[in-house]
Amino acid sequence: MQFFMEVLIGGLLSGVMYALVALGFVLIYKASGVFNFAQGAMVYLAALSVVGCMEKGAPLWLAIILAFAIMTLFGIATEKFVLRKLVNQPPIALFMATIGLAFFIEGLAPMVFGSAPRALDLGIVDEPIPAILDAWGIVISKFDLVAAGVAALLVTTLALFFQYTRIGRALRAVADDHQAALSIGIPLQHIWAIVWGIAGFVALVAGLMWGARNGVQFALTFTALKALPVLIIGGFTSVPGAIVGGLLIGASEKLAEIYLPPVMQSLFGGNFGGIEGWFPYVLALFFLLVRPEGLFGEKHIDRV
Amino acid sequence: MIYREAGQFKTSYAADQQLFPIRQDRIGILILLAVVFLAIPGIASEYWFSAILIPFLIFSLAALGLNILTGYAGQLSLGSAAFMAVGAYAAYNFQLRIDGIPILISFGFAGLTAAGVGILFGLPSLWIKGFYLAVATLAAQFFIVWCLTKFPWFSNYSSSGVISAQKVVILGHEFASPREKYLLVLSIVAVMALAAKNMVRSSTGRAWMAVRDMDVAAAVIGIRLMPTKLLAFAVSSFYCGVAGALYAFCYLGSVEPDGFSLDMSFRILFMIIIGGVGSILGSFLGAAFILLLPIFLDITLPWAAGLLGLPFSNATVSHIQILLFGTLIMFFLIVEPHGLARLWQIGKEKLRLWPFPH
Amino acid sequence: MSKKIGDVILDLQNISLRFGGVKALTDISFDVREHEIRAIIGPNGAGKSSMLNVINGVYHPQEGVIVFRGQERKRMEPHHAATQGIARTFQNIALFKGMSVLDNIMTGRITRMKANFLEHALWLGRARREELEHRKKVEEIIDFLEIQHIRRTPVGRLPYGLQKRVELGRALAAEPSMLLLDEPMAGMNVEEKQDMCRFILDVNDQFGATIVLIEHDMGVVMDISDRVVVLDYGKKIGDGLPDEVKNNEDVITAYLGASH
Repeated sequence: MQFFMEVLIGGLLSGVMYALVALGFVLIYKASGVFNFAQGAMVYLAALSVVGCMEKGAPLWLAIILAFAIMTLFGIATEKFVLRKLVNQPPIALFMATIGLAFFIEGLAPMVFGSAPRALDLGIVDEPIPAILDAWGIVISKFDLVAAGVAALLVTTLALFFQYTRIGRALRAVADDHQAALSIGIPLQHIWAIVWGIAGFVALVAGLMWGARNGVQFALTFTALKALPVLIIGGFTSVPGAIVGGLLIGASEKLAEIYLPPVMQSLFGGNFGGIEGWFPYVLALFFLLVRPEGLFGEKHIDRV
Repeated sequence: MIYREAGQFKTSYAADQQLFPIRQDRIGILILLAVVFLAIPGIASEYWFSAILIPFLIFSLAALGLNILTGYAGQLSLGSAAFMAVGAYAAYNFQLRIDGIPILISFGFAGLTAAGVGILFGLPSLWIKGFYLAVATLAAQFFIVWCLTKFPWFSNYSSSGVISAQKVVILGHEFASPREKYLLVLSIVAVMALAAKNMVRSSTGRAWMAVRDMDVAAAVIGIRLMPTKLLAFAVSSFYCGVAGALYAFCYLGSVEPDGFSLDMSFRILFMIIIGGVGSILGSFLGAAFILLLPIFLDITLPWAAGLLGLPFSNATVSHIQILLFGTLIMFFLIVEPHGLARLWQIGKEKLRLWPFPH
Repeated sequence: MSKKIGDVILDLQNISLRFGGVKALTDISFDVREHEIRAIIGPNGAGKSSMLNVINGVYHPQEGVIVFRGQERKRMEPHHAATQGIARTFQNIALFKGMSVLDNIMTGRITRMKANFLEHALWLGRARREELEHRKKVEEIIDFLEIQHIRRTPVGRLPYGLQKRVELGRALAAEPSMLLLDEPMAGMNVEEKQDMCRFILDVNDQFGATIVLIEHDMGVVMDISDRVVVLDYGKKIGDGLPDEVKNNEDVITAYLGASH
């Protein structure tokens, strides 16, 4: 039981990391209806910018600010040079364009900042918390807890931003109905640029966390692949959905990785590790079967 | 020769519905066939066959498969490489486990196996669309490759799932040299391309395109959505499966599951975006473009860097290549969503009117 | 014009349709007779399009009975309606934008084509023969609608009025016994409307198709329809000959407001 709890909590905490990436998807999808496959590549770019700036001699805080500037500029450029030109195209074309964008970033970022894997030290150690280890005998990493805290803070900040600022309200209006928002004088392209800026910020936070944990390397782009099933389970338009979906995926894939292979081994023989790679997708498929709009997504009726 | 249809009057619908209604096109295609079947085998070097022409034809076939599904039926798939893997491993196992089975039958069965798997993973398309479906096909990509790696039976208990394709023997003749393999692949691809063209110009293809363009209207005029979509998945996967079998048997010789990566699926997708979504010709143009671009960069970039005196590494070449792929995808989607095939079309239109464009 | 109006072929009894909590149609009954032109009119949001969607199986009403050609219909999908000879056009044109005019109209004949994909792939006897036979029929429709000059044009590039005409062509290609037309003349100028009226009357007359028509232009409705049913807020408020409906108090109120 103790071991189960440990796996479960470990899974939930890594689910927080998935949720961080999924959040970026949701923001852009809500505001512009674009399914941004490049979110993972943006995480990579953000983390690379930070270590790149630090290598040039900038202290951590300055590197983060510089990276934020880079991400914002990049987001605005994307909106201006790519997405604005694709307005009125079918969503699938926009989706494919963001795959192109992902490749663009994956080629450009390492050319600018170097491609060697590097460590990113935020000053948080990845070691068990003694108090919890003593009290319950469960290993919970300090780093994971901090990551969870950061995610909670980020979500709260975003929620407050959407609820109480003028830009936030405009964003929600745009998400509801582009035409209507346009007709009451909300400048759409302005808003989209801001959303891409915010998505860049979310990518930066995710990049810092993932980079500090696993090192800054090309594999960071795969975070996008982890986030996709999270979105299907949580619903593409829901911030709470991204969180809950992330937790669900994180916990279930870790549990599956521990408990499924022995079962399969006894059935078929051989070694069945690496279930993590596909389990979230199969789980997502199952969700699609039962609840296609996701846990928190909105159902809509096709009008003809 | 002037490209013009003036004076060629169609007196029957049969004449109007020919594959190539314009006489100059018919002559052109005959010349093309003569070149690829007769001239190229005579002059191309081994390197050309095994490094350029064979992979070009195989990827054209895979792109054709994806184009049927995505370009014609409108169902986006990010799992083409996985269906190629199914084809490669199925052909291997048919050869291995059924004594004396002709290799072409194995290829056919490999396609059918891939079609079956394709139908299975196409089932979600009945209730989801667009990028939801794309995510579902990612499930196929990861799950299939994992299965081929982890279940040792598929690779006949070889380490890490590597298989070595058997010899290609047809009617007692072994296709061993790159030239012979090229001719075999070319024949298969030519026949399948013709079949694809026939499907998309008949009511099968019209049903696919109707579902792609507006599924509710398609249902209202009597098209049954479920069989139409699943047929597209089956045919598409069949093409990818045969391409996978050829990839293993006529190109690489030995393959491993991880070779059929997500990256390969993306490349096949890029082929149809750049070549032309919803175009048979585009599948070939796109495959040629995506395969030749890296070779072109490999040759020109170091040279250009040397000329400018810039420091240069192999990593940079691959980064520039990825960067260019991404840029081109966005460029084509924005500027010419119908890809190179459309540019070809426009070129022909211009030629028809030349020299009096008005 | 000596048109013979026949027996009732479509009888809708007490149809109610809800989307979640929203009532789109409430307890609506009316019938359609063979060979007649039956108009459905009413203000925006009255439920006219929903009514057509019920008739051809896109929406499934929660309550009510639909009798088509003497048979009570169970839950039905749109393609069943198509095979039973019900064709339709849409309010917002629903053509296949990536296909040519010819191909769009050819899709209209899809329920009549029997060859399967393998025959198509090999271009064998039946597949080839069917393509030619149906092409001939489609060319007749193209001639009838006077759109020969655009048959190879992708429909996405056509002006609105012509698209409406092509959509009618696609519906006609099915040789339907019942044709549902959802605002076939919306957004057209006078000339285009006259053309469209002529086509509708000809379809009714020459092909003998029964027509259910939604239209806002009262002049057109009064001119060409045999009987008119009036909807308002998902309820039926009038039904009868054009002249009767025109003088119906409820209808006038619905159109002009309470205190006219």
